Amino acid sequence: MSAELEISGLNKSFGGIKATDDINLAVTANELHAIIGPNGAGKTTLISQLIGSLRPDTGRIVFRGRDITRMPAHARARLGITRSFQITSLVMEMSVLDNVALAVQARDGHSFRFLRPARAVAHIREAARGYLEQVGLGPRADAPTVALSHGEHRLMEIAIALASEAGLMLLDEPMAGLGPEESALMVALLKQLKGSRTILLIEHDMDAVFALADRISVLVYGHVIATGMPDEIRFNHDVRHAYLGEE
Amino acid sequence: MALRHWITLAVLVLLAVMPPVFIWMGNPFYVDLATRLVILGIAATSLNLILGYGGLISFGHAAFVGIGAYAVGIPAYHMLYGGGEAVASFNGMFQIPLAVAVSALFALITGAICLRTKGVYFIMITMAFAQMVYYFFISIEEYGADDGLVIDMRSQLPFIELDEPLQLYFFCYASLIAALLIVRTIANSRFGMVLQGAKGNNERMVTLGYNTYLYKLTAYVISGAMAGYAGALLGNFTTFISPEMMDWSRSGELMFMVILGGAATTLGPLMGSAVFIIIEEVLSNYTIYWHLPFGLMLIAVVLFARGGLMGVIGRGRDGK
Repeated sequence: MSAELEISGLNKSFGGIKATDDINLAVTANELHAIIGPNGAGKTTLISQLIGSLRPDTGRIVFRGRDITRMPAHARARLGITRSFQITSLVMEMSVLDNVALAVQARDGHSFRFLRPARAVAHIREAARGYLEQVGLGPRADAPTVALSHGEHRLMEIAIALASEAGLMLLDEPMAGLGPEESALMVALLKQLKGSRTILLIEHDMDAVFALADRISVLVYGHVIATGMPDEIRFNHDVRHAYLGEE
Repeated sequence: MALRHWITLAVLVLLAVMPPVFIWMGNPFYVDLATRLVILGIAATSLNLILGYGGLISFGHAAFVGIGAYAVGIPAYHMLYGGGEAVASFNGMFQIPLAVAVSALFALITGAICLRTKGVYFIMITMAFAQMVYYFFISIEEYGADDGLVIDMRSQLPFIELDEPLQLYFFCYASLIAALLIVRTIANSRFGMVLQGAKGNNERMVTLGYNTYLYKLTAYVISGAMAGYAGALLGNFTTFISPEMMDWSRSGELMFMVILGGAATTLGPLMGSAVFIIIEEVLSNYTIYWHLPFGLMLIAVVLFARGGLMGVIGRGRDGK
């Protein structure tokens, strides 16, 4: 299988701290690849470089055969890379539907359209409603975003990622702060998505990771210490030592 | 119809009906007041596009107004006193497009730089550019420097005689309606959604694939051009321009109007201008320190009535 995303020799330092230390990683098409690692291992820093909000010091990022290392964030999004945020990042002032509609609108040609009311564009509104139903937020579509619970916000993040119909979804801790029931819902949702697109999942919830991932990479101090199938990782000595904790 | 819409209608009808009544009652002074209100309303409405919908706190909007006014004054000056053949003209069909074009160009150049910054830096740099224009005109002796420039002849337009107070008024009034419709239409369009999205969460919008910088710059240019247009009207109204019209405190007043009336609402800036004009008119009869109660009011609005006057009205009835 060809690599959808290829990261080679990626380095990023903040002052004296190596947040990304010579990362080499290949994510194949339609796999769900999880990245785990202790707090401060540089997981979010890695995502930020993939999405384009941080520039790596050295190294290359290749997406579908195209070098995107120096490409601005909005251009990467247009190529089909999207992310969800670890800390919920929505337009709180707008309705739930508006938030998702903006994601649909983003791939419906340019938005330098000044005349027709955006909320009257039926195909955008209907598509957005569809994504909200897919994550179970259909009944909440017209509520103001700010009125939703944390769990619902996490689901909105997924709906927006879906709405951008990206080939590569970077999910930054989608279960963060979710209760057990909500987590189960999220796992079920991700299971449904699995196989239809490439997902790079950063997650602390180990049950979720081992239930979902095709392959797992372990990041410690900005360096990938192991990559493999869930079972290989589970029994890898270095990983147990560095991260899962010796039992 | 919601209460908001009734108020909108009432205000616009009132503005259409009152000036002829004032003339009929032999109180032409109030027509002047209404004209000023309407012109400031256009300027504030233009600012609302970037401040209200775009969340861009531009502290230099008076510069566009001033540029627009000089675009009327300078051609008229050269027409009377010679020189400047390229621009010399009394023709409004030349002066007004010139005002719009020059302020749009100024917005494009300064906006391209200002929008690279955020937050307080944006406020400061927009103000710095405005002050630059202010000192630029102060330094030009030919156009009166800080004494200002008298516009001896108003813009000549077909079918409209701007020397007639009522005709000038209704020309401004029609412009106001157009400005309100333009900003409202843009705000509700796809472009407006992106602009408002970027105001709420710029990073999210970039992640979705929007080059928000270009959207903001476009809004900035549209806003600047509209303010330039308002400036051309203001020049015709006062028949006098001075750099003082571009002082940073003038920019501040425009911001006051938008915030007081209700940012990101269609009619808010106009309501803010009305309150401003009324307070100025009433209080300045009693004290030269009339800015003080105005300032206190603004603080009260920011603290207790988020969304300004229109916010209060909307909340009262619509439960929104």
